[in-house]
Amino acid sequence: MRDIIIIGSGPAGFTAAIYAARAQLTPLLIASSVEVGGELVNTTEVENFPGFPEGIMGPDLMTKIQAQAERFGTEVVYDDVVELDVAGPVKRVKLGNGETHEAKTLVFATGSAYRKLGLPEEELLSGHGLSWCATCDGFFFRQKTIAVVGGGDSAMEEANFLTKFADKVYVLHRRDSLKASKIMQQRAFDNPKIEFVWNVEVSAIRGASAVTGVQLRDTVTGEERELELDGLFVAIGNDPRTHLVHGKLDLTVEGTIAVQGRTSKTSVEGVFAAGDVIDPHYRQAITAAGSGAAAALDAEVFLAGLEDAESVDAEPVPVAVAAN
Amino acid sequence: MSARAVTESTFEAEVLQNDKAVLVDFWAEWCGPCRAVSPILDQIASEHADKLDIVKLNVDENPGLAMKYQITAIPAMKVFKGGEVVQTVIGAKPKPALEADLAAYIA
Repeated sequence: MRDIIIIGSGPAGFTAAIYAARAQLTPLLIASSVEVGGELVNTTEVENFPGFPEGIMGPDLMTKIQAQAERFGTEVVYDDVVELDVAGPVKRVKLGNGETHEAKTLVFATGSAYRKLGLPEEELLSGHGLSWCATCDGFFFRQKTIAVVGGGDSAMEEANFLTKFADKVYVLHRRDSLKASKIMQQRAFDNPKIEFVWNVEVSAIRGASAVTGVQLRDTVTGEERELELDGLFVAIGNDPRTHLVHGKLDLTVEGTIAVQGRTSKTSVEGVFAAGDVIDPHYRQAITAAGSGAAAALDAEVFLAGLEDAESVDAEPVPVAVAAN
Repeated sequence: MSARAVTESTFEAEVLQNDKAVLVDFWAEWCGPCRAVSPILDQIASEHADKLDIVKLNVDENPGLAMKYQITAIPAMKVFKGGEVVQTVIGAKPKPALEADLAAYIA
């Protein structure tokens, strides 16, 4: 049985791995099969991660963080967790390939998933003009008219990035001001290809086999109008990815995994959580990395406690055995 | 076994005239999810070589075909049979999910 298994391969998971590996806990990190590196892999330039004054591409940053974790002995498995057993002292993690791994502690760092608009036509048009990944799909919208839904940093980044390809990028936002950081807002305001449409939400996506436009509802007046588009990019936030632990770990009202105070301790002994999956507020690469470090340190203390308990148990202690 | 590349000049012979079902993986260097799904497709290709051919088409180098097949998101995996598209899978998926999507052509 291992000391520690880390589930998740973003900044939180791999930073936990760096700390756990340097503590000689030989961590096993379950990286997923198709989302290795987490959200940063689908971003472009990261300008706010300390230590990179010139900025660094998201995928490059993740490659470096992974290399650092592997340098100290982290073992990485490229598969998905299909089942978790966290209740007892032995934590069991079952993978898609049928293998089961056991450990004394678990760090859960599964991040978050793109939030959907919640419209019935979303499924059908996904990949046919409707996208959640500007860096993947922007290329196909050369000289087109498209829109980004959202008002945060990721919406601004996508809108700016998409102007490399598209002739016109609308930003559709349900309020009259943005949540995005000032520098990202300014960059979008200064971009002549970007036009903001305030106080609207997308009430329907038009198109039978590919996106042809959207129906917008004014969030102030309730009036509806049509906007013709070739593509729609959705950047309205993320939801913590907790489906594996429903009913097993306590969650907060925000849907994140509940942790005790500023620690990474979940409601179950020996199970720690880190990164976006516990964080409804900040959700930055650097806060996730810090949270991963905390989780590894918490796990290390917990493991040391187990060892102490084991050495006490080794003393001859009278044991009462209940007769059935 | 690594899936072989097709281009605009080999597409007709390798895909449209192929007797077997052919999965064409529309991909690009700059697409993270494409890189993630690529080794999974290689595995499926070697496990089902008798039933399904799997080839890769770089959309940067072959924009005409990307346009012809109305690719607006990658990875896009299209199964061709008798020159016609019979199945489309969009987005990187874990191996069991892809195998389920492709069941009709690999089972």
